[in-house]
Amino acid sequence: MRKREVVAMILAGGQGSRLGVLTQNIAKPAVPFGGRYRIIDFTLSNCSNSGIYTVGVLTQYMPMELHTHIGVGSPWDLDRLNGGVFILPPHQKASGANWYQGTADAVYQNIPFIDAYNPDVVLILSGDHIYKMNYNKMIAFHKDKGARCTIAVTDVPLSEASRFGIMNTNEDMSIYEFEEKPRHPKSTKASMGIYVFNWALLKEALIEDAANVNSAHDFGKNVIPMLVERGEKLYAYPFRGYWKDVGTIESLWEANMDLLSENDELNIEDSTWRIYSSAPVKPAQYLGGAARITNSIITDGCEVYGEVIHSILSTNVKVEKNAKIIDSVIMPDAYIGENVIINKAIIGSNAIIRKNSIVGDGKNVTAIGLYEEVKAGMVAN
Amino acid sequence: MLKKCMAVINLDENEDMIRELTQNRLLASVPIAGRYRIIDFVLSNLSNAGVENVGIFSKMECRSLTDHIGDGRPWDLNRRTEGIRVFNFSTLEPRIDDVFSFANNIEYFERSAQDYLLLTSSYMICNIDFNDVLNYHKQSGNDITIVYKHVDDADDNFFLCEMLDIGEDGKIEGVGRNIGKENEADICMEMYLMKKSLFVEILAECVTTGRFRKIKNAIYSMLDRYNVGTYEYKGYLRCINSLQAYYKASMELLNPRVYKELFLDERPIYTKTTTEVPAKYLEGNMVKNSIIGNGSLIKGTVRNSILFRKVQVGAGATVSNCIIFQGAVIGDGCKLTNIIADKYVEIEPGKELKGDKDMPFVVPKRRDLIKEV
Repeated sequence: MRKREVVAMILAGGQGSRLGVLTQNIAKPAVPFGGRYRIIDFTLSNCSNSGIYTVGVLTQYMPMELHTHIGVGSPWDLDRLNGGVFILPPHQKASGANWYQGTADAVYQNIPFIDAYNPDVVLILSGDHIYKMNYNKMIAFHKDKGARCTIAVTDVPLSEASRFGIMNTNEDMSIYEFEEKPRHPKSTKASMGIYVFNWALLKEALIEDAANVNSAHDFGKNVIPMLVERGEKLYAYPFRGYWKDVGTIESLWEANMDLLSENDELNIEDSTWRIYSSAPVKPAQYLGGAARITNSIITDGCEVYGEVIHSILSTNVKVEKNAKIIDSVIMPDAYIGENVIINKAIIGSNAIIRKNSIVGDGKNVTAIGLYEEVKAGMVAN
Repeated sequence: MLKKCMAVINLDENEDMIRELTQNRLLASVPIAGRYRIIDFVLSNLSNAGVENVGIFSKMECRSLTDHIGDGRPWDLNRRTEGIRVFNFSTLEPRIDDVFSFANNIEYFERSAQDYLLLTSSYMICNIDFNDVLNYHKQSGNDITIVYKHVDDADDNFFLCEMLDIGEDGKIEGVGRNIGKENEADICMEMYLMKKSLFVEILAECVTTGRFRKIKNAIYSMLDRYNVGTYEYKGYLRCINSLQAYYKASMELLNPRVYKELFLDERPIYTKTTTEVPAKYLEGNMVKNSIIGNGSLIKGTVRNSILFRKVQVGAGATVSNCIIFQGAVIGDGCKLTNIIADKYVEIEPGKELKGDKDMPFVVPKRRDLIKEV
């Protein structure tokens, strides 16, 4: 196969259990976001927009919808003659069959895939972050510094730093210490889970990690600390811009609401850095005579006869008359019946909310699962 | 599935009465219903029926059409063998007729593996099951089956459409034109199904005798010789053969009942997709009974209108009974009534434009209605 300078590996196999009912039947990266996207679209679009056309997607948990969504990769221009997007699920080998034990193990089990392209650097990405990033800049930084491994970091408030993996760096951004969720953080540089490795180093580190029976085979917990300890040249790449790990129901809701804020930092409208997705073709949205829409985002195929306030309606949602949707995210193909009140909730795809029912209390975010039905007149908080 | 049938979309359609929108494009690629082009309906009907060999016989100004069609993927017509093809009528002479063009590409017909051929127009907006037409054709014993719809509003719609005179036995006895005198009529949908071999035979006769320049006229003159029957279509139909018809049909789509007759879940209408963001409705907007395209940004009032993708409506602006094509920017405080604005139109803040209910005012493509400085 033709040599590639960069191969990207997207980690998309985790269960995302903190998203509760929303990931009961679907992998986290395939969860709908922002009206017409799925979470993984951001990472795939970043790859494509950065000109990285050889991409492996490591899948494991509930992959059907995710696989269907990615297909041959044409929405992201990743259906290439040489390279393109590859779905890499766990597989049987002559030595036996193993699930992916952790993020590092998933990449370890696919060393032959990466070797086939003999890349200089490997980019390790997460399939569950909302952000726009030009990976070329990070790779250029990596080369400039003569780094063996570079970790993207984002500035977080000191008060929240103990929720993240924190990089402590020297003035030249070289990393001297890595602390996972430190009680007394020394810096505010949080790891974004985005790594650039020289392939030779990564391969060697993965093989070493795989042999370690005490390891959880995780990049953040095992591989990076091991490399820091060994005194490898690790650098932190400071990323400025919107970035959100949508790992919880609360953060998924917040990231959606961020799209409605006036100083929307993500700016998905940016025509120079498009976010691509594979969406079914639906007729243009129709707003009936009684519809009232305030500060909201609405997508193709929607039919609205009720009131929508500060909310997001994804593809093909129907809102009947006198229904009221406030501060909520309605995922594709959901049905909202007459007189329903939805206040601060995430309604899963294909969910049916029958008439006169109430979902959400406006305080905590209420999530209704995929295909779930809320019966007429019920209250779901 | 119609694997045994090829389709020829004949774009030799009269565009004289819709010149305002066909200056830079074919009638077939005029935008419609917020995100489609006229040709999407016939292409989707063919695709939904399983037709895998479609030839589009185009004419001048087909950049917009070929751009839209691409490799046919949106309609699942990017097949390894056959699939979709665009043939150009002519690059210079706009009035070269279809017989000339078909004869020039006779190889296409001969090489196609299908037994049947469906010749169809593009401007008949409908959602039809062609499988049913073929099944009917086969069991009827017709040589040629023509699709029609019986309407009771011919005095209001379908002006200048062909009208069939159908005998008791369901055979066609004559073909006339609707000039709006009566309300009941059997409107010809310009869809002709026959054996491919018969099509080639008729084509050859047109060429050798030189009597016909349009294939359908040849068919109409052979009613004695061939068994020409009819298939009645009962769904929603409009013919987009004039600006008035276009405007009227578009406004009808704002009625959810009509809309649902055309956009069926089981037979979707496909189109080339873009990567537009969803539409955003900002503080102060008021949108009633309207179709809105993705990527639009709405601060003002929109009533009984169709907005295509990426249309901006400024604060305090009012858009009523309008059709606004992709990429228009409507300034703050504008007042537009009965307007059709072509693509990428820019309208200065505060401008008032008014057309008539029966005669909408058309703002041409890329026209900036902004004061010169």
